[in-house]
Amino acid sequence: MHLYGETIAGLHARLRRREVSAQEITRSVLDRIDSLNGLLNAYITVTPDEALAQAREADRRLASGNAPGPLCGVPVALKDLLATRGVRTTCGSRMLERFVPPYDGTVVRLLREAGAVLVGKTNMDEFAMGASNETSFFGPCRNPHDPERVAGGSSGGAACAVAADMCIAAVGTDTGGSIRQPAAYCGVVGFKPTYGRVSRFGLVAFASSLDQAGPITKDVTDAGLLLQVLCGYDPLDSTSVNLPVPDFSACLLDDARGLRFGIPREYLVEGMDAEVEAAFRQAGRTLEEAGAVPVEVSLPYTPYAIPVYYLIATAEASSNLARYDGVHYGYRAEGPFRNLREMFERTRAEGFGPEVKRRIMLGTYALSSGYYDAYYRKAQQVRTLIRRDFEEAFRHCDVVLAPASPTPAFRIAEKIHDPLQMYLLDIFTAPVNLAGLPGISVPCGRTRGGLPLGMQILGRPFDEGTVLRAAFAYEQRSGFARGGPPG
Amino acid sequence: MKVDLPAVEHVAMLARIELREGEREGYAETLSSILAFFDRLKAVDTEGIPPTSHVLDLIDALREDRRAPSLDVDEALQNAPDRADRFYRVPKIMD
Repeated sequence: MHLYGETIAGLHARLRRREVSAQEITRSVLDRIDSLNGLLNAYITVTPDEALAQAREADRRLASGNAPGPLCGVPVALKDLLATRGVRTTCGSRMLERFVPPYDGTVVRLLREAGAVLVGKTNMDEFAMGASNETSFFGPCRNPHDPERVAGGSSGGAACAVAADMCIAAVGTDTGGSIRQPAAYCGVVGFKPTYGRVSRFGLVAFASSLDQAGPITKDVTDAGLLLQVLCGYDPLDSTSVNLPVPDFSACLLDDARGLRFGIPREYLVEGMDAEVEAAFRQAGRTLEEAGAVPVEVSLPYTPYAIPVYYLIATAEASSNLARYDGVHYGYRAEGPFRNLREMFERTRAEGFGPEVKRRIMLGTYALSSGYYDAYYRKAQQVRTLIRRDFEEAFRHCDVVLAPASPTPAFRIAEKIHDPLQMYLLDIFTAPVNLAGLPGISVPCGRTRGGLPLGMQILGRPFDEGTVLRAAFAYEQRSGFARGGPPG
Repeated sequence: MKVDLPAVEHVAMLARIELREGEREGYAETLSSILAFFDRLKAVDTEGIPPTSHVLDLIDALREDRRAPSLDVDEALQNAPDRADRFYRVPKIMD
């Protein structure tokens, strides 16, 4: 096998036996990026010089045997909204096309300390607003299983890069499904941790009560390994939670005996894609064979999750994105201007793309005088009811199963002109962010046409361990471990 | 909820986004259809339900008031679209 096709766990052993060097692995991944990025557009920025320098340093640390770190020598890709010192961080937007952060985000610092080799910044929907990667200023990322189709979004580039072996693993972010849905569309594993588990410092904000970074990997074992590096308390993030982080590798047991998994009645809805439904039902049977026990649960407020999510996320976005004013950093329109306000208004009209402006407008409307109670406050109240749905469900089961998306990857340009249809794709993922829960997406089959399908396993707050245990046991039996790269 | 043209202009003003020819009608149509879908929330009885602004039981997170190094001025200004000396430069504020 080519080195680029390896997993973190696979490389770990080979690096420590000194069978391969970090520089060989990094060159293999960089060559792979070179040969595929023109077609797939997974990366916005590739950093070969920095990567090779980091690989040399990793080789030195490995040779000295001096605490090389859990990711030492492993090429990792970062979604392009994680602040990287000295490497531009665009957020997929014209607004930040030339923005070079003067600091590293906490997630990036942790990866460096773990010895990871950072190969580049991956494509994404502009400011993480989208489910198809089509709103990127840098053009859509394509699905490695069918380049006429979307990779999903908003972490489409990260999922595509992992699936096409253009990195060994990646870090994405998830506000309403942006790790789990593209992972499903590309046939890889994506994990959104509990809100508060991973620091948001240096993560460009979209909706601050929902955003969370997490791993996108080739299998469940790697998800656990990367999660271990990312999780932990950070005083630089006021919503970071100071709880001990368990040893996730101890959760990677092929043992699901006695584990109760809930299947929400509302998730088997009329009109769902037949192949998605069949794969999802089969996944439940596979878990049963592993000794887990099915339980029917109900999440009655599911039909309200999309309005609640889009009111809260756009309201928070309208506030967060007010900082892009053409003064401190980022794009500024060409003058002359009559006054400062005209400069703000033209800068924002030109610097943001259509979907970002639509969401800012929607969020501003929901927060504006006269509509605040009817929309924003109402959405926050129904958010409470959605959280209670999950609390009640978790009284009867240890994990909840859900499809990752109502459809497999769709064709580029098929849905982009109908925002509401695009929003509805988040029906199985957005409720998880509203409730702040941990959730993994794992490959659970293919369509007849060969497109990957994904299933989510959701857990109680801060119970990532049980989610990993269920996912690992499922992966061992599903036959879909390693959704497989194209060709 | 129907969003009319004056409402679009008002919201664009609040959001500081300049509207182009034809955009008013586009926003009025899409925002109206999205909000019409969101209006299903009105059917939910939320009497006495507390709002969730955050899933965590947050308390103020204040650090110790202690001096620590911060970015130097040049680093902080390196991404500014326009600067003069140690300052951001902007168009005149008053008409």
